[in-house]
Amino acid sequence: MLTEAEQRPRGELSSKPSPLAIEARGLIKRFDGILAVDGVDITVPEGAIYGVLGPNGAGKTTTLRMLLGIIDPDEGVRRVFGHDRPHEIARQIGYLPEERGLYPAMKCDEAIAFLGALRGLPLAEGRRRGRELLENHGLGHAIDRQIRQLSKGMAQTVQLLGTLVHHPRLVVFDEPFSGLDAINQGKLEVMIRDLAAQGTTVIFSTHVIHHAERLCNEVAIIAGGKVPYAGSVDVARDRIPAQVRLETVKGDGVWRRALPESARHETKSGGGHFWTFSLPDSGTEALLRALIEGEAGILSLSIERAGLHDAFVAIAGEAAARELGRNSPVEEASR
Amino acid sequence: MSEAAATRLSNWQAAWVIARRDFLAILFSRAFFFFLLGPLFPLVVGSLAGSIGGKVQQQAQTHVVALAMSPEDSTRVMDALQTIGPELDGALPALVRADGTDPKAILAEPGHAYGAVLSGTPSAPVLTGPDAQLARWKGPLSLLAASAAGEAKLRFAPMELDTVTQSAASDRSDRIRTAQAGQLLLFLLTMLLAGMVLSNLVEEKANKIIEVLAAAIPMDAVFMGKLVAMLGVSFVGIAVWGTAIGAFALASGHGLGALPEPALGWPLFIVLGIAYFAMGYLLLGSVFLAIGSLATTVREVQTLSMPVTMVQLLVFFLAAYTLTAPGSPLEIAVCIFPFSSPFAMLARAAQSGALWPHLLALAWQGLCVLIFVRFGASLFKRRVMKSGRSKPVRAK
Repeated sequence: MLTEAEQRPRGELSSKPSPLAIEARGLIKRFDGILAVDGVDITVPEGAIYGVLGPNGAGKTTTLRMLLGIIDPDEGVRRVFGHDRPHEIARQIGYLPEERGLYPAMKCDEAIAFLGALRGLPLAEGRRRGRELLENHGLGHAIDRQIRQLSKGMAQTVQLLGTLVHHPRLVVFDEPFSGLDAINQGKLEVMIRDLAAQGTTVIFSTHVIHHAERLCNEVAIIAGGKVPYAGSVDVARDRIPAQVRLETVKGDGVWRRALPESARHETKSGGGHFWTFSLPDSGTEALLRALIEGEAGILSLSIERAGLHDAFVAIAGEAAARELGRNSPVEEASR
Repeated sequence: MSEAAATRLSNWQAAWVIARRDFLAILFSRAFFFFLLGPLFPLVVGSLAGSIGGKVQQQAQTHVVALAMSPEDSTRVMDALQTIGPELDGALPALVRADGTDPKAILAEPGHAYGAVLSGTPSAPVLTGPDAQLARWKGPLSLLAASAAGEAKLRFAPMELDTVTQSAASDRSDRIRTAQAGQLLLFLLTMLLAGMVLSNLVEEKANKIIEVLAAAIPMDAVFMGKLVAMLGVSFVGIAVWGTAIGAFALASGHGLGALPEPALGWPLFIVLGIAYFAMGYLLLGSVFLAIGSLATTVREVQTLSMPVTMVQLLVFFLAAYTLTAPGSPLEIAVCIFPFSSPFAMLARAAQSGALWPHLLALAWQGLCVLIFVRFGASLFKRRVMKSGRSKPVRAK
């Protein structure tokens, strides 16, 4: 059955007064005749932590830029807190671009105050809050230092704080974990959870699925400029049946009928049998009953629910998954 | 939860945030120091070149004519020179008695630089020399020879001198000088500043802060803020130089009196000069900003800005050319074309007393600035914020 959003014609927004932070339909963007984003639909509920997942070059940044009004879509519509033009509510938005940038000659508190001033926060108040934020995030010693004197990670933290200094309702992070070490990635995850706990809507793009899996209520998977899936993480994971690993004494019997035909079978040198297969639609109980009543001789049994990565592979395709695999969390943390 | 009741900054407030940051950043940078020192370089180079050129010209000019007559005739000619020379005030050459009587041999003599040789007698003088020298000295030396021969009894009547400051004819030519000076100053300042605003934007792109700005406020406001900041910086520079030059002029007893008074009077001319400078700079700066938006490297900036600089140079020459033909179709066209309008209108302010064309021109130029800024900003949005890989558009 189609959802209300799916039933709507492309390019039309919902008329329902729902608490949505962002609603976009049929966004299309071409650069020099080349299609970068091809009909993206995204709906972000207010207060959610929303992940935009996809390999490099999938169209994540272009999508976020359209949502924020940095660039306009060639086709389609987007609405942020009910406004067609995101700049109209710039004070309620915070944005951390993928390519971080600050004025090298500015001091840390000035940089934060300036970012706040761009969103309408008075400079003096911005500087006061900036100092407070720097103190709270372990950068009190760097308040009067120029940005050019900071390490890359510290400068990134300063920019992150500048994104939040005006207390936005919506925060958009483009690849926020990129360039951070494991410790700072953990701190950022905590910060994102805290923001959401305060009612702030957080959207972030990433090509590292683990972050999204740990943080997000909902995700949009972007591949090749399209969104093949947008919705809750649980529903995405449930699209893939759980994986069953079974070890039995017997290699055959009436219980075999409970296993799918595609089940992989390996014979152990000691005589045991290994089976790997997707959990059948009949469910766990039916499978267990058939194994026990059929006297299969269960030596071990594990049923694992599919992860978001598996869901991503199934939804976005093998090619996108391979691209994603090249940017594994281990690799990311070691950068 | 957000604290912002108001949803956004107005365009002017947003431009102010950018302008304030840029203004202070530039004012306390090394670039501003060099900007202040900038005018010194052309002054020093100009005065050096002028001094050397003057010396060379002085040395190159041959004001000496050799006198190759009999001793008696030579004495008579020299006496006549004493009599009429001062009245002719430099119209006569210096005369030197030559050793010899063959004019060609005297001219070929090494170690001397005679422009010509005057030989024969005062009644039948012969002037030998190159064409240019003959043409130059023929008349004055004929008069001298005639005076020496006693054929023309010259008596200079005492003349009463009554000086007036201006005449109608001199007014116009003098005001053209004022207009030229104004145009040149305007041109130099706008080119210098537009170049600075361009490097400022490229630096911003290199810092990658441009996306943060573009996300928070409209690009029009970013562009306008940058232009206004640089304008503010230029006013500081002009104030510093104006004060220094004014102080020097007062101390040395010279002032604007060295230049003829413009038709609209000095106070209004200066006000209009500032307004046209601002408009000229904003117009060129907005085009340079659009160029800066498209360029990603300094080399690209240089490549892209070169044609604009050349066109601006042409526009300046055209405006200078039409100075002498106020009211001609070409001059009116130059007054209307946005990029030449500030130059041409400043020239008008020097030469014509009507005020309303200036108000109209300033309004027109201001409108053009807004249009160019908007165009540059939309170009930026369309062309610059691209990212990621993409695939060809499918046929639909």
